[in-house]
Amino acid sequence: MPEHQLDPTKWVDAYSDYLYNYTIVKVNDHEVAQDLISETFLAGLKSAQNFKGEAAERTWLIAILKRKIIDHYRKKNSKKGQAEVHINYNDEDAEGEWLEERVSDPYDRTAEDTMENEELGLAIMKCMDTLSEKHASIFKMKTIDNFDTEAICNEFEITPSNLWVIIHRARTAMAKCLENSWLK
Amino acid sequence: MKFFIPCNEANHTCDKNQYKDASFMELVKLNIHLIYCRACRKYTARNTKLTKLFRRSNVTTMPLDQKMALKERLRQEMSK
Repeated sequence: MPEHQLDPTKWVDAYSDYLYNYTIVKVNDHEVAQDLISETFLAGLKSAQNFKGEAAERTWLIAILKRKIIDHYRKKNSKKGQAEVHINYNDEDAEGEWLEERVSDPYDRTAEDTMENEELGLAIMKCMDTLSEKHASIFKMKTIDNFDTEAICNEFEITPSNLWVIIHRARTAMAKCLENSWLK
Repeated sequence: MKFFIPCNEANHTCDKNQYKDASFMELVKLNIHLIYCRACRKYTARNTKLTKLFRRSNVTTMPLDQKMALKERLRQEMSK
């Protein structure tokens, strides 16, 4: 019996948000991200018999997704023709000057911040796994999608006080999960 | 009108305030509570930080209709 097993019926609920966040930061386009994720799931389904059970489901899906993202960029580049590097000099006199002068400003922290936030987003999504499926979707609707309390209550047929209990437990669990690496 | 509230009520207001759902009076009572309750001060600080983390991370969710469509497609593929 392998350690991990695949259950494709649960994939969308369990992993689509994680994969979505993973893809968005890499392709920067919602539609492309959605396409890549459906391709990933379908490819996963097709090669499910090759799954050896050594890795967790998520890791395995991420591995497929990575290939899909690379393929996406390959296709995009082949349409454009050969990738070329252009260096535009601002004025003629500057031509021939050394590239070292053009390296990024070490005091510019934007790139680093973006990377850190990207990691944070994935960490948040991973911590959602500690919540039950229903609680996770309620928590996401309230916190990420900013739905009204009333709308969520109608959707899940719960009372507002039920909702707040769920939110409270979810927030406590999320804080605990993120504590060591992010909440200091 | 009572100004002193128990901890569970204070935490409830704090949770609501993370979503800007708390009323002005509730916030007044929460802040009075926080003056003398160390445990709730800690809870509030942590909770506020968590909200900031969410805001900073730009996490999104896949649109619901997309998820539904994808589920349906997977179901079809599996029944083949």
